[in-house]
Amino acid sequence: MADQPQKLGRERPLSPHLTIYRWQVTMLASITHRVTGMALSVGALVLAWWLVSISNGPEGYDGFMAVATTPIGLVVLFGFAWSLSFHLLNGIRHLAWDLGYGFNKATATQTGSLVYILSLVAAIAIFAFVWTGHSGYLQ
Amino acid sequence: MSSLQTPLHKVQGLGPSHSGTGHFWRQRVTAVALVPLGLWFTYAILGLIGTNEVAVLSFLSKPWNALLMAAFSTTLLYHMALGLQDIVDDYVHRPGMKIFTLLLIRFVWIATTVTCIFALIRVAAST
Repeated sequence: MADQPQKLGRERPLSPHLTIYRWQVTMLASITHRVTGMALSVGALVLAWWLVSISNGPEGYDGFMAVATTPIGLVVLFGFAWSLSFHLLNGIRHLAWDLGYGFNKATATQTGSLVYILSLVAAIAIFAFVWTGHSGYLQ
Repeated sequence: MSSLQTPLHKVQGLGPSHSGTGHFWRQRVTAVALVPLGLWFTYAILGLIGTNEVAVLSFLSKPWNALLMAAFSTTLLYHMALGLQDIVDDYVHRPGMKIFTLLLIRFVWIATTVTCIFALIRVAAST
């Protein structure tokens, strides 16, 4: 009896979590927002690396570009492009919620799906733009 | 007695976190700023892909571009630190580990911000 309160304290019931709920667009979008945020944290470090490489002169910049243009580098850059598109679009969705808009269940599901579609389109458009030779206009 | 809060605690209105809505608000302000800055960054990066280091140097040494890149990188890194803290607050429960990860996030945030600014100053000074 004496040790019971302590035991209760250790094994308090948990609220239902990911393994219990049926998967839905809204919860998937919420998780994806966090995952893309973590990916973009790595992206922020790569941005710093890019800026440092430019400040180190031509050799430094060539070193960065040699890594960035490898197949793995391009896959990672596509990941950053999609993550930025998703996080930016879903971030606007979150800001709309903060203002009190879009809380309706059907609306939240629709905007969630829309963010997935638009972010994929944006990421593919960015890469298509480069591959069709339209980039480099700041020459 | 209607409340266990001291009058000072009540008037400060900061709640059990002792920081009120400060973190929430900063996250929103940086998010709003990052919408136009992120779109400018996309425009800048797409314009620089396929050029050479001379073009990148001359682009980043123009005052407006340097300022916007400084604003984008510092705001991005601040928003990153706030968001990573959210994740630690939610999932890291052991006090020692929590303090360690929060310190690590802050050190990486400040070190990377200083690095970005210093790199931009070097670029500006090199041309």
